[in-house]
Amino acid sequence: MARRVLIQTADFSPDQIYRDVLDLHGSKVGAVVSFVGLVRDRDRSAGDTVSTLTLEHYPGMTENSIERIIDDAQSRWSLLDLRVVHRIGTMTPSEQIVFVIAASAHRSDAFAGAEFVMDYLKTDAVFWKKESTSSGTTWIESTAADRQRAKHWTKL
Amino acid sequence: MNNNLTSDDKVRVVFFASLREAIGTHSVEVYATNVAELFESLASLLGNDAVRALKVKNVRLAVNQELVAHDAEIKPGDEIAFLPPVTGG
Repeated sequence: MARRVLIQTADFSPDQIYRDVLDLHGSKVGAVVSFVGLVRDRDRSAGDTVSTLTLEHYPGMTENSIERIIDDAQSRWSLLDLRVVHRIGTMTPSEQIVFVIAASAHRSDAFAGAEFVMDYLKTDAVFWKKESTSSGTTWIESTAADRQRAKHWTKL
Repeated sequence: MNNNLTSDDKVRVVFFASLREAIGTHSVEVYATNVAELFESLASLLGNDAVRALKVKNVRLAVNQELVAHDAEIKPGDEIAFLPPVTGG
C-alpha cells in the first residue's frame, strides 16, 4: 500500500497521484476528491506581497500528526484511500504546497474526508510557516477562523 | 549523585521555528528529571530570556514526539521539544 503521508521538498504531480489511487483500487472507486493548496501572493491582513513562504516540520512527529488526522477521517467516512502530500522548505507564490486526495465509492464520503483532513491540517498538523514580505518575515499561526472550521466537525 | 552523571543521563531539547530563532540554536543537551529541573538547566545554559520565551502560554511541550502536560516526568535519553503554535496547509 502506498504511503498515506508524504512530506517532501520536491513538488508533486496531482495527476500522477490520482492515477496511482485509481490503479490501486480499480473499479471500486466511484468518486475522487482532491485538493491542491497553493502559495498565495498576499497575506490575509496587510497589502504586502509575499515573496517566499518557508515551511518547517518535526520529522516523525509531523508525519504522525497527519496519520492521526487520516485515521480519524477513515473512521468517520467510508474511504477507499486518503493521502496527503505536504511540502516543506522555501516556496514562492503560485507553487503547490499541499495535496489531499480522497477516494470512495460514493461522493459524499470523498468530499467530507478531503475537507476534514484539510481543516485539521491547518490546526493540528505539526508545521510552522514563515512568510517573507517586503516589510520582513513573520511566523504564521492558524487563525481563529481555521480553528472554528476544524471545530465544527466535532459537533457532527 | 551528580558527580556520576554522564552524557547518557542527559535529555535532548529541541526548539522549532520562532523559538529556534529566538534562542539561537536548534538543540541542546541538559540534565533534568522533570520540567522544573529542565527549566533550571536551560536557564543556566541559555539565560532567563530564553526560558521566558519557552514559558509562553501557547508553547506546547512534547516528550519523545508526544504532546504532554507541563508537569510531565522526563527521563534520561528523552527528546524534549518546545513547539510554538502550528499551522499547515
